[in-house]
Amino acid sequence: MSETILSLENAELSLDGNAGRVDILKDITLGVARGETLGLVGPSGSGKSSLLMLMGGLERATGGRVSALGHDLTAHGEDALARFRREHMGVVFQSFHLIPTMTALENVATPLELSGAADAFARASAELEAVGLGERKDHYPSQMSGGEQQRVALARAAAPRPKILLADEPTGNLDGTTGQAIMDLLFGLRDRHGATLVLVTHAPELAARCDRVIRLIDGRIAAEQASEAAE
Amino acid sequence: MALADQGGQGTGRPAPGPTRRQIYEAEVRRRSNLIAAGSTLTVLILLIVLIPMAPGWEGVKKSFFNAEVFARTFPGLLEAFLLDVAIFAWSAPLIFILGLLIALCRDVRKPALYPLRLFGILYTDIFRGIPVILVIYLVGFGVPGLGLPRPWNSPYIWGTVALVLTYAAYVAEVFRTGIESIHQSQRSAAASLGLSSSDTMRFVILPQAIRRVVPANMNLFIALQKDVALLSFIGPVEIFRQAGVYKSLLANFTPYVGAALIFLAITIPATRYADYLLAKQSKARS
Repeated sequence: MSETILSLENAELSLDGNAGRVDILKDITLGVARGETLGLVGPSGSGKSSLLMLMGGLERATGGRVSALGHDLTAHGEDALARFRREHMGVVFQSFHLIPTMTALENVATPLELSGAADAFARASAELEAVGLGERKDHYPSQMSGGEQQRVALARAAAPRPKILLADEPTGNLDGTTGQAIMDLLFGLRDRHGATLVLVTHAPELAARCDRVIRLIDGRIAAEQASEAAE
Repeated sequence: MALADQGGQGTGRPAPGPTRRQIYEAEVRRRSNLIAAGSTLTVLILLIVLIPMAPGWEGVKKSFFNAEVFARTFPGLLEAFLLDVAIFAWSAPLIFILGLLIALCRDVRKPALYPLRLFGILYTDIFRGIPVILVIYLVGFGVPGLGLPRPWNSPYIWGTVALVLTYAAYVAEVFRTGIESIHQSQRSAAASLGLSSSDTMRFVILPQAIRRVVPANMNLFIALQKDVALLSFIGPVEIFRQAGVYKSLLANFTPYVGAALIFLAITIPATRYADYLLAKQSKARS
C-alpha cells in the first residue's frame, strides 16, 4: 500500500454546548493513502462533516492525534494551520462559502495571491476556464446559480494544486443533474492533479465512485469497505 | 381571471398593461397618500390658526422670528458654522479609525491577546457610560490644565478629542455588530483557504461588515454633526456660541432659530440618505 497521507489515531472531538458536553467523534483511527478517494457516509449527525473538519484542521481534536503529510495538526497554532492548509489542502463546502464581496476571479485568486503566486490572476483565470466559467469571471456569487457557485468553489479549492482535497457534501444543495456535473468535475480535478480526495456524501452513487467507504454511526466508525470503484 | 394573474409573463407575448393586482395596489397607494396629505394639511392649518391665538404669540414672534435680526445675523452664523464643519471633518475620520480599532480589539480571539479584548470592553463601557458633555468638560478643561504649550492647550483641540473618544465607542459597537453579523461560514471558508486570522478579518470579514453598517454609522455621524455644538461650552466660537453672542448683543432669540435652520439644512438630507441606504439594504437582503 502506498504512503499514508492523512492519519487519525484515537481521535476524539467533544464540544461544550448549552446542554453540556457532547461527544461528536469517539476513538477514530484511520489512515488515507496518497491518491486514494475516501467516502465518508452515515446518517445525519453521525459526525461525517466533523471528521472531515478534523482532517482539515478546521476543528481541533480534543483527544488523540490527527496528522497530515507527516505534520501533527493537533500541535499547530491557528496561523500555522492556516498556512499548512493554504499549501496543501483544498476544501469544498456544501453551501459553497464564496466571499460575496469578491468576483469569481477574485475568489479563486485570493488564496493564490496570499501564498505569493505572482501569476495568481492568470492561474485563477485558467482554473475558471477549466470548470467552464471562463465567461463568468467578473460576476459576483449573488449573480450565479448554485451549480456555478460550486464550480467556482471547486476552482478555488483546486487552484493551489493541493495534495489533499476535502469535500463536504459538495452536491448537497444542488439538483441531481447539476450535482452529477459537479462530481464529474471534482473527480476530474482529482484525477488530473493526483490529489487525495476525502468526500462526505449521502448519495450512494457518489460513495460508489470512491476507492473506499467508511460508514460512521453515532461518532464511531461502524463499517469500512472497499467500494465497487476499487474492485 | 385570478387577482394574481401576471398576464402572460414568460410566455413570449408582448408585455401587457398593468395586472389587476397592480391596479388594485396603485388604488390603495393613492388612497393612502390622499389620507396622509389631508391629515397633514389639517394639522398644519390648525397650528397656523391656533398658535397665533396664544396670548404671548406677538412677543414670541418678535423674539424668535424677527426677520430683521435673522437677515443681520445669518451670514455670521453661516461663517461660524464653518468651524463646526471643520471640527466634524477632522474628527469623523479619526472616529472611524479609532472605532474600527476598538471593534477589532473586542473581536480578538487569541487567549494571549485577551488584554486587548479587555481594553476594548472597558473603553466602550466607559465612554458610552459618560455623557458627552462631561467628557468634553473633563478632557477640554483637564488636559490643557496640565500646562501644555500653545497650540496644545487649545480647547478646540481637546474638545474635539473628547468628541472623538466618545463617538469612537459608539462607532466601535456598530462595527462590532457588523463583524458579528457576518456568518460563521465566511470564517470557515477563509480558514479553508488558508487565510490567517488577520487576513480573514482584512479580506473577508471587514469588507462585508463595514458595508453592512454604513446606515447605522451614518446616523451616528449625523448625531456627531449636532454634538459639535457642545464644544461651545468650553470655548470655541462655533455656531451655537455665535448665536449666543448675537442673542446677548441684540436681546433676541432669532439667531438660535437661524442656527437650527442651518443644522437642519445639513442633517435632514443626511438623515434621508441614511434612511435610503437602510431601505436599499433591507430590500437587497429580502
